[in-house]
Amino acid sequence: MKSFTGKTLRWEWRDAIVELTLDHAPANEIGTLMLAELEKFVAAFGALAPETAVCIISSARKEGFSAGADLRELYHAAAPLLKEQGVAGVRDFLERIHAVLNAIDAAPFATIAAVHGVCFGGGFELALGCDIIVADKMARFAFPELRLGLIPGFGGVPRLKRDVGNAFVRELLLTGRSVNASRAHAVGLVAQLASEGEALRVARATAAQIRKFDAVTRVAAKKFIKPIPHEELRREIGLFCELFARPAVMAALKKFVEDSGPMPYLP
Amino acid sequence: MRTIEQTTHEILDLASKHFNVPAGSLSPDDDFFKKLGIDSLQTLELLSRIENHFGIELPDYEVQGVSDFKTLASRIQSRL
Repeated sequence: MKSFTGKTLRWEWRDAIVELTLDHAPANEIGTLMLAELEKFVAAFGALAPETAVCIISSARKEGFSAGADLRELYHAAAPLLKEQGVAGVRDFLERIHAVLNAIDAAPFATIAAVHGVCFGGGFELALGCDIIVADKMARFAFPELRLGLIPGFGGVPRLKRDVGNAFVRELLLTGRSVNASRAHAVGLVAQLASEGEALRVARATAAQIRKFDAVTRVAAKKFIKPIPHEELRREIGLFCELFARPAVMAALKKFVEDSGPMPYLP
Repeated sequence: MRTIEQTTHEILDLASKHFNVPAGSLSPDDDFFKKLGIDSLQTLELLSRIENHFGIELPDYEVQGVSDFKTLASRIQSRL
């Protein structure tokens, strides 16, 4: 399928480059609907791969790349369930999103995340699955999960640890703070900085350069330099589910969902 | 080194320029959430604009509970 328009995203193939655009109000929260459409996207990789050199993932929402997992959906789905049922539902979601992100991570073409605005939690984890992150200078990155008594659950920590120093990972994780694009660039997370509103243009120029090279070499080079941390990813799912089972997490999710203050939720 | 007055003035300029508020209509004691009418994602935008303008990092937790320009300026001042 060379093009697709769903309820939360769309993709279009042109001249060996496929562009996946997230477009789900308000800020590309990743819930069951977006997950299903991301599954559809990775299922198309087999058909796209022979003619595709690069995939660019970006957002059409002015708020940013993605605010992360849809915590409102998570809370409302889990709240009425018994603890074991809630954890089982979370585990099922995590298994599915991990399969999607592993497929993007190992895609048989280069992948570029063109990031602007908020790139938090699950959205950050989606960007981390890509080979290259291009960010405009207004982008912000964060793993706010510890604010809720959780760790990132979509493979974020193993993938961030693969790319940057452990000290930066610990600071980001343990404080829940957000960092701007310049800091992310300085630590090596962001490959290229773009002016405000220019991330997609810079990503397209980068894709046009990557497209020039031999496909077999590109795939071999990617496989050689970018191993997927499968073992840690499995441990992450287990730890997330273990933490999710605690009553404190549902209480924190409730506070988050009910918070309507102008300052981002930070207990 | 900027003075606290200069820093405050620069924040007010920045805020009026990027959040469509008439220049000169903001004062140091104003509640910027109310005056700018911003939500939580726009607050992050303001934080990015401040960090880019002053060339600093201002962790979210340092501005937690801050709502007036004058206090915000003092937090920035401690990072310059």
